[in-house]
Amino acid sequence: MYDIVVIGAGVVGGMIARELSAYRLALCIVEKKHDVAMGASSANSAIVHAGFDAKVGSLKAKLNVRGSEMMEKVCEELGVKYKNNGSLVIGFNDEDRATVEELYKRGTANGVKNLKVLDSDELHAIEPNVSKNAVCALHAPTGSIVCPYELTVAAIGNAMDNGADLKLDFEVTDIRDKGDYFEIVSAGETLQAKYIINAAGVYSDAIAKMVGDTSFTVHPRRGEYVLLDKECGTLVSHTIFRTPSKMGKGILVSPTVDGNLLTGPTSVDIEDKDDRSTTPEGLAHVMREALENVDSVMFNKTITSFCGLRAVGSTGDFIINLPRERFVNVAGIESPGLSSAPAIAEYVIELLANAGMPLEKNASYQPRRVAMHAFREASMEEKNAIIKKDPAYGRIICRCETVTEGEILNAIRTNPKPRDLDGVKRRTRAQMGRCQGGFCSPYIVEMLAKEMNVSYETVTKFGGESLINVGKTKEVK
Amino acid sequence: MKQIDLVIIGGGPAGMSAAVAAYESGVRNLLILERDAHLGGILQQCIHNGFGLHRFGEELTGPEYAWRYEKQVWELNIPYMLNTMVLDISPDKVVTATNSEEGIFQIQAKAVILAMGCRERAKGALNIAGTRPAGIYSAGTAQKYVNLKGYMPGKNVVILGSGDIGLIMARRMTLEGAKVHAVCELMPYSGGLARNIEQCLNDFNIPLKLSHTVVEIHGKERLEGVTIAKVDERRRPIAETREYIPCDTLLLSVGLIPENELSKTASVPLDRVTGGAVVDQDRQTEVEGIFACGNVLHVHDLVDYVSEEAEIAGKSAAAYIAGENAEKVDVALHTDGKIRYTVPQRITQKKAVTVFFRVADVYRNVTVKVKDGDNVVYSRKKPKVAPGEMESITLKPETFANAGALSFELEVQ
Ligand SMILES: Cc1cc2nc3c(=O)[nH]c(=O)nc-3n(C[C@H](O)[C@H](O)[C@H](O)COP(=O)(O)OP(=O)(O)OC[C@H]3O[C@@H](n4cnc5c(N)ncnc54)[C@H](O)[C@@H]3O)c2cc1C
Repeated sequence: MYDIVVIGAGVVGGMIARELSAYRLALCIVEKKHDVAMGASSANSAIVHAGFDAKVGSLKAKLNVRGSEMMEKVCEELGVKYKNNGSLVIGFNDEDRATVEELYKRGTANGVKNLKVLDSDELHAIEPNVSKNAVCALHAPTGSIVCPYELTVAAIGNAMDNGADLKLDFEVTDIRDKGDYFEIVSAGETLQAKYIINAAGVYSDAIAKMVGDTSFTVHPRRGEYVLLDKECGTLVSHTIFRTPSKMGKGILVSPTVDGNLLTGPTSVDIEDKDDRSTTPEGLAHVMREALENVDSVMFNKTITSFCGLRAVGSTGDFIINLPRERFVNVAGIESPGLSSAPAIAEYVIELLANAGMPLEKNASYQPRRVAMHAFREASMEEKNAIIKKDPAYGRIICRCETVTEGEILNAIRTNPKPRDLDGVKRRTRAQMGRCQGGFCSPYIVEMLAKEMNVSYETVTKFGGESLINVGKTKEVK
Repeated sequence: MKQIDLVIIGGGPAGMSAAVAAYESGVRNLLILERDAHLGGILQQCIHNGFGLHRFGEELTGPEYAWRYEKQVWELNIPYMLNTMVLDISPDKVVTATNSEEGIFQIQAKAVILAMGCRERAKGALNIAGTRPAGIYSAGTAQKYVNLKGYMPGKNVVILGSGDIGLIMARRMTLEGAKVHAVCELMPYSGGLARNIEQCLNDFNIPLKLSHTVVEIHGKERLEGVTIAKVDERRRPIAETREYIPCDTLLLSVGLIPENELSKTASVPLDRVTGGAVVDQDRQTEVEGIFACGNVLHVHDLVDYVSEEAEIAGKSAAAYIAGENAEKVDVALHTDGKIRYTVPQRITQKKAVTVFFRVADVYRNVTVKVKDGDNVVYSRKKPKVAPGEMESITLKPETFANAGALSFELEVQ
């Protein structure tokens, strides 16, 4: 019997689990996919929003501003890359200027610090590559960037190091109310838990329905991105947004913490909650609008394009409540969900405490986690000391991103352990570079097979049927 | 810091030929650095034949061709380090590398030869819409799975791009029991060698669909199919021609890119068209003492020419280390667009020079003209030229002795 089960291993479920692991609780995270960080938390804009977007007085506004304040420390503890690069919302005409003023007021009311409205000269002085047609901008110095899947992996890894269980390939298909506990049913195993946190992203309405809560729905909204080579990573230093219009927030251009340049997202409502496909129109839209905002974005240096699905709730705000005893919804966590995640976790603990959940501090709780990129950032002397102890750190596997065998093995052996190629990619950046795994994936398949003690041809890209090979040569029929 | 006269980055055919040539020209303090576990570079996985016809008058497989040079490296006792990745080259020729035994170490070189080869253009660069399932590989990655690891990446295959590796893999996958449904090529002509189209596609009845591309990828976990379409003259897909092909594998053979990340660390200026360094007839880059040869300089279709080019680089590096000086000229080579590029891009010595070049399109009945101003200093007729086949001409010193620049032009009848 678990004290508490968190459904969904995204950044929200992950941060909540980490926060819960600071208490003496039998805790389990369940996730239907083959790895953690496979939903919205793997494909989004990666921005820690300052907090000027959300409606004054909303839960979104409150948790965004609080989360953004907490984020740097959380990342430092978890060994996750974080960069306070500042955001700019640029405007092209009088109407935009009015919007910029409006955002300034709203942000200030939300408690965002140091906002400033810039004129064209001030804007171009700090961002010379922003379109010359831009006439004004809102500058939010507290806006930052993180790597969302790195944060998710680290939060869940840290929770596991503090005693939490993780069950992957565990799709919750039903929840049975047993009076003072729940049964959480999947195709394989059934778990028992006193409390449940519903952090199932776009599917959180389906989970809520399992306990009879039909007070909200969640629908998917597609966001497509184009990611460019590191060569382009310094085109802008701030995150460049367009002033929002009725059509949404528009296409942003931003550096990433890993040094690439990210452009996107589109914003289109769709039906299928699993449809992560990109469209020709969407990608064209991203490229066109990015070029309107920033000069000479080099799309011939594209290394990949991808799509994420926003979990848009029917209430217009984050839905965080207890629709019934011992069951917490954390639903409709669309943007700025990533920014808010640490604050959401704090808020959920508060809700649980107020609802009478016994919360006793876990004396051995360790909030810190060794950074996955520790080796990469070490000095030459430090690296040589490590290589001396473990020669695998002298062997480069991923040439584009310079990732060593030692780092990959370490990732494969560290909670939450990756079991597929994409999992290794998200943790180590191997296969993430300009050749996109062309050189190194055959070796990583080999390392995974060996470490997991399975045969070469059973290794997948991301679980399920996503096999890399279909059999041995000469044996294929 | 270790001092080494000549450091060669890469132990493929270019690196090995360059090393042997440098040794034969008197360099004794030299070292090849190779990131792989073996010498031979990409040839190791090219188990088909067709290598060495020009050099050796025989049809060798890739590994056999590589062995001819590896043997010389051994016999001459030329030192090399395997599993050693070069991380950085500074403009003053300090080479930083890493391996398991030595950790990260540095070498001060007098001369450096860049011979890092090329890599395949990845799927991302194409920005194909749709899902992102397993089952999409560059042709070279698939070749590695099949030929080196002994595993089949799939059974029902569509190939995008008719580069040579794609053509070779069409045959290879077929021989291993897979069904190759089509090879789609965006351009109205193939970028591969004519002989590969004959022997790898036509002999196996694999359709080559020119002016076609993949417009959408389907399948959630493993690839389930692709939508292809014909493209118009401006290479835009024509909606009415969309056609769905069920398949579990998409191989990409959409171009090779010289791997010049290290050259950039050494501030070596690159040619926008070739993606490789700008070099003179000695294959010396614009950074003194740094030379380049093989596919890192420009993508070759035949390894025989790689060896030839590498020998030039090896000999020249030896001369540079010995401090030899020849009579100087400075002639820039320009192209007219129909000729896309030349290698070398400039001539600095008054000696006969063979200039390699590629054309931008398929042209028939052409005259290659080299002009010094309005003055035609060289002219030769050719029945046909194509982007997939590299051309070369040899210029005598008197054709450029007094020229500031030469213009390479293609006259089409
Ligand atoms: C295009 C886009 C751009 C964004 N940009 C930003 C940004 O710049 N800044 C920002 O702050 N926020 C941004 N967001 C929002 C942010 O990404 C999300 O708010 C956040 O990732 C939500 O995390 P989550 O854990 O709730 O959801 P998810 O990451 O989707 O996790 C939910 C998990 O639940 C699992 N699950 C679902 N059903 C079941 C079941 N039955 N059983 C078991 N497991 C189940 C899913 O597989 C999934 O792993 C963006 C979102 C998108 C889509």
